[in-house]
Amino acid sequence: MIRFENVTKVYARGARPAVDDVSMEVRRGEFVFLVGASGSGKSTCLHLVLREERPTKGKVFVAGRDLGSMSSWNVPKLRRQIGVVFQDFRLLPNKTVFENVAFALQVIGKPRHTIAITVPETLEMVGLAGKEKRRPHELSGGEQQRVAIARAMVNRPPILLADEPTGNLDPTTSLGIMRLLDRINRTGTTVVMATHDEEIVNQMRRRVIELDTGTLVRDQAHGAYGARGQVIPDPDRSASGAAAGTATGPAPGATPESAPTTAVPRAEPAAARPAAEDEPAEPPSRRSVRRHVEATAGE
Amino acid sequence: MRLQFILAELGQGLRRNVSMTVSVVLVTFVSLTFVGASMLLQAQIGKLKDDWYDKVEVSVFLCPTGSPSPTCAAGEATPDQIAALEDVFESELADEIQTVYFESKDDAFAAFQERYPDGYLGTQLTVDDMQASFRLKLTNPENYEVVNDVVTGRPGVEVVEDQRRIFDSLFLALNRASLLAAGLAAVMLLAAVLLITTTIRLSALSRRRETGIMRLVGASNLFIQLPFLLEGAIAAVLGALLAVGGLWVGVKYLVTDWLSQSVTWVAYVDEADVLRIAPVLVGIAFLLAAVSSVVTLNRHTRV
Repeated sequence: MIRFENVTKVYARGARPAVDDVSMEVRRGEFVFLVGASGSGKSTCLHLVLREERPTKGKVFVAGRDLGSMSSWNVPKLRRQIGVVFQDFRLLPNKTVFENVAFALQVIGKPRHTIAITVPETLEMVGLAGKEKRRPHELSGGEQQRVAIARAMVNRPPILLADEPTGNLDPTTSLGIMRLLDRINRTGTTVVMATHDEEIVNQMRRRVIELDTGTLVRDQAHGAYGARGQVIPDPDRSASGAAAGTATGPAPGATPESAPTTAVPRAEPAAARPAAEDEPAEPPSRRSVRRHVEATAGE
Repeated sequence: MRLQFILAELGQGLRRNVSMTVSVVLVTFVSLTFVGASMLLQAQIGKLKDDWYDKVEVSVFLCPTGSPSPTCAAGEATPDQIAALEDVFESELADEIQTVYFESKDDAFAAFQERYPDGYLGTQLTVDDMQASFRLKLTNPENYEVVNDVVTGRPGVEVVEDQRRIFDSLFLALNRASLLAAGLAAVMLLAAVLLITTTIRLSALSRRRETGIMRLVGASNLFIQLPFLLEGAIAAVLGALLAVGGLWVGVKYLVTDWLSQSVTWVAYVDEADVLRIAPVLVGIAFLLAAVSSVVTLNRHTRV
C-alpha cells in the first residue's frame, strides 16, 4: 500500500537529511506506529506519502503509484485515497460538526444526496451521533478529534495517516481515540500513526517503525515503544520495571513475542539518548506506577 | 452543488474584505476611464481625419513672375511646362492621383473676387498677381510624400503644398492628450494589478485553513482557486463597467449635448463609440484580474 525505496529527503541544501535512505513497506490493512523523537523524520515521512514533499532521492509508492512520476494534477486524486488526522484537529471553527465533515465531500464535488447519507453514517461510526449541530469550540478535545477522524474517513479512503492524533489529549481520551482507530483498521483501512505516546504503542502491540535522526533503526512486528533515557535517576524504576515486565522492556527483541523484522541494532546506548523526550514534567515514578497499574489491568 | 458551493465561498470572500474589494473596483474604474478616454481621443482623431481628408487636396503652385525659387529662374511657368506636368500626373502618378484640377490665373482671380468682393485689405489685385496651380486629390492622402517627391523641383513648379499640414498642430495636440491619458492609464493599471494581487493574497491568507483542508482531502486546484479568481475578476469587471458608464455620461453631456451643439462643423465621437470600446475595457479588466490572480495564487495556494 505504501512503499519507500531508499528514500532520502533533504530540505535545505547541505543540511542533515530529514529522512535518510529509508526503505519500508506497509501492506494493505496494516496498523503501523511510526515512532521516534521530535525531528526524527516521522512527519516528513507522512508528508512524502501525501506528496506534499517530494523525495530528494529514492522512490515513494502509494497504492501502486509512483509519486515521483505523478503529475501535479493527479495529486488531488491521490489525496482522495488518503485520510489525514492531526494533533491540532484542524477543524473549521465557523462550521458545525456536520458542515466540517461535509466540507471534505463538498470540495471534491460529491452530490448533495451522497453527503446527506454519508456524513451522518460517518458521525455515528466515530460516536458523535446527535452532535451534528455543535461547533468545534463546544466540543471536548476528544470529540474534536473524532470530528477530524470523521472528516478524514468520510470519503472512505483506503489509507489513514495520523500525525500524533493523541498528542493533545489526556490518556483516557487517547484510549478512546485509539479504540476508534483500531476499529477503522479492522474494517480494512491501512493506518499509519506517528506518535510519541509510549503507553499507546506498548498497549496496542502493533508493528512499530522507529526513526532516529532520519534513519530507520527498527521495524518490528508487535513492537513496544523502545528504550528511552530517564530524566531523573529513578530508584523505583528497577523495581516496578521488573513488575511491568514486557511493557517497558529496555531493549527491542528482549520480549519473547516481538521478533524484529529488520535487525537494526541501536547505535547509542540508552543512557546516552537525549533527555528532551516528551512529558518531562511528569515525575517518572508516577508514570511507572500508572503504567504498572494499567499493564496489570489490561491483562 | 459545486456551483452553489463556489458561489457561497465567493460571497464569503467578497464580504470578508469589502474595503479591499471596493478599492479594487475604484482603481480599475479610474484606470480604465483613462484608457477609455485615450481610446476615445484616438477615435476622435480618426473621425476628423475621415471627415477632413476627403476635403483637402495637394496644391502644386506654378511659378509666377519674379519668384525667388531656383526652379522658377526662367520666369513664369510656360504652357509647355504645364503640359509636361499634366503628363507626369497621368502617367507616373496615375495610381496615386484621383482627380486633377487645373486652376489658371483667371480662375484664381475669379475665386478671389468671389471671396473678397471688396478687395483684400484695401489692396487692388489684378489677374497677374494671381498664381496658377494644380489641385490634386489623392487616392490615399497619406501618400502625399510620393507625389511631393515626384513633382517638387520640376521646371515651372514653385512649391508643392499639402493642405493637411494645416491640421497637423491640432492632431498633434489631440495625440499628445491621448498619450497623456494612456500614460496615466498605465500607471493606474499598475496600481490596479498590485491592488488585486494584494487583495487576493490577503484573501488567500485569511482562508489558509480552508484551503489547507481542501488540499488535504483532494480538492482540485481549480476548485480551490476559482473563488479567488472570481473575486478578483468580479471586482475588476465591476470597475470596467463603472468606467464605461462614466465615459458614456461624459460623452453624452460634454460632447453630444454641448460641444456638438456649439461647434457644429466637426464630427464628434458619440455614445455608440463608447459602447464600441466597452468590450475592450471589460476585456482588459478581466485579463488584468486573471493574470494577477494566477500569478499570486500559484505562489500562495500551490499543491
